Amino acid sequence: MEILQLIFSGLSSGCIYGLIALGFVLIYKATEAVNFAQGDMMMIGSLSIISLTSSTALGLSFIVAIPLMLILMAFIGFLIEKVFITHITGESQIAIAILTIAIGFGLRFIAGVIWGYDPQTLESALIGKYYNFGELVISISEVLVIITTLALTLSLYYFFAKTKIGVAMVAVSQNQLAAYYMGIPVKRMQSMTWIIAGLLAGVAGFLYSAKSSVDPITGLLGIKAFAAAVIGGFGSLPGALVGGLIVGLVEPFAARFLPVGYSHLMPYIILVMILIFRPHGIFSQTYSKKV
Amino acid sequence: MRTIFKTSYDPDINLFKDRFHRLCYALLCIVLILFPFFLNEYFIGELTLTLIWAIAGMGLMILVGQSGQVSLGHSAFMATGAYGVVILQSKLGLPFILALPAAGLISALLGVLIALPTTRLHGIYLAILTLAISVLVEDIIVLAEPLTGGVNGMFASDIVIFGINFGRYSNIANLYWLVLFTTMLLVLVYKNILRTPIGRAFASIRDSEVSASAMGVNVVLTKAVAFGVSSFFTGIAGAFFGHFATAFNYETFNVIMSITILLMIVIGGVGSIHGAFFGAIVITLLPVLISFLRDFIFQGSSINLMALPGIETGIFSLILILVILFEPRGIYGAWLKTRTYFELFPLYRKDMFRRQKSYLKTERLR
Repeated sequence: MEILQLIFSGLSSGCIYGLIALGFVLIYKATEAVNFAQGDMMMIGSLSIISLTSSTALGLSFIVAIPLMLILMAFIGFLIEKVFITHITGESQIAIAILTIAIGFGLRFIAGVIWGYDPQTLESALIGKYYNFGELVISISEVLVIITTLALTLSLYYFFAKTKIGVAMVAVSQNQLAAYYMGIPVKRMQSMTWIIAGLLAGVAGFLYSAKSSVDPITGLLGIKAFAAAVIGGFGSLPGALVGGLIVGLVEPFAARFLPVGYSHLMPYIILVMILIFRPHGIFSQTYSKKV
Repeated sequence: MRTIFKTSYDPDINLFKDRFHRLCYALLCIVLILFPFFLNEYFIGELTLTLIWAIAGMGLMILVGQSGQVSLGHSAFMATGAYGVVILQSKLGLPFILALPAAGLISALLGVLIALPTTRLHGIYLAILTLAISVLVEDIIVLAEPLTGGVNGMFASDIVIFGINFGRYSNIANLYWLVLFTTMLLVLVYKNILRTPIGRAFASIRDSEVSASAMGVNVVLTKAVAFGVSSFFTGIAGAFFGHFATAFNYETFNVIMSITILLMIVIGGVGSIHGAFFGAIVITLLPVLISFLRDFIFQGSSINLMALPGIETGIFSLILILVILFEPRGIYGAWLKTRTYFELFPLYRKDMFRRQKSYLKTERLR
């Protein structure tokens, strides 16, 4: 029974990692850039939903607050792309990576100015509600996290595999020039990607705030989500989710069975191992080039 | 404009372009050596810190600027250097003059150990791996408590070489000269590495791994050597950093420090030694500037912009964003442009330094 409990809590935190990883993968798939600010975007999403619904701040109900927050996050994604990323289109991956690291720092600073550095929690009727199945304790928020993540991943998978826009995005990622010749509006596709990534960060942020308290440093969670994305192969949407679940599952088990201090290391050790032995992840997306 | 008439291939790899060039650097060295005589202790301390950052920056520059590999984990090597030098002195009783290079070598060994299994990784994957290592090292330091003092950290005693004290608080000028001397030595080493075959190999794998291996460059070995040299430099910087800070623990060498070193060389200008120094100057000048603004400009006014928490990282990231967007070659690139403008005075064209337009292609096809 204890194992089941561990699995369950692992799954729900794994879903959050998976969602952040989905954001990485999405942007990577469509623009071949890695967005190091994804974790910080998630943090902004969490903090804004907390402020929107908190009785001391705005006190909106969730039906109003969630769309508002998602619009805000989409706008932030759009803004980052329009103001910063378009200017260095075609630069090396690393330049974009460094730029997004800087944006992450900036977002953390802005969050620190607006919300301060104290941890904040979401006020909600859902939080703290539990169902007991025998010894197994299942909290509503965790169920919510798992269901939302599954639905999102499936719809994104469908989006990239079946819809015209999704396929166009993949084309843009693989060869900008060729995509442009095929009549795909490359720039618009890129903005769209960032908007979706912003939305994903918003959803991840909301779900994270439903589970635990948030402060501006929460964005560093992104590093664990990197582990998830890398395990999944960095170009595969289901891979990101599976990677997230693996990282999420490893954590509670390591905390239970390993000595104190070592459990924290596990996600990173897995990350390093995967990169050494299977550099392109479990769901590999790499093909060899003929010279 | 000075034109050098080259009659052999030798002038191409000369350390100094011409006599004027040599004179400039000689003057710079003299000024730097004379600084302690007319600056107060605070500024000497800041200068020392700048030089230490510059050494670390040079270390990363070898990796990023010369061999084209990006590391977000250089705080790990800083930590190795700092802990290494203190442990070698306190536990093994080595004198500082032996402990310093030994700590550098330990770092270099760690660097090679990280590089060897990961040479298959490119660009962003390597960045993520090194980021993970940087996080891991923080935790490993805590776990290796008997050696590293765990959460409490360590104290670095004053540096003593042949009975001369180089303490941070007692003899800051001496420490400054020591760091300056080491920096000059390392700059020479760096410059000379670039002239050797291995330095050329660095540049070739930076520009294209496929072509490099076609030319007979051993890519795996070259990458490992680049990592080793880079982490040696950074380890030395870490050793000095530990002695400069006098007390440090695992939190000193966190992920933010790794990222800061990378951002520092990007601001300075990737691919040149100057860049490391410019970046280091920005890093150390920024807090001074902010406290100056806080004290003088905003004093008494109701808007106290400078008292915001984390203003340093805020301004830092803003500078970085501006640099990447408008001057991707950093401060050194801007300096090159201005210099060329004056050298060619009426003939300078705006397109002279224009970046070639490139289109993105997937890196998944390799």
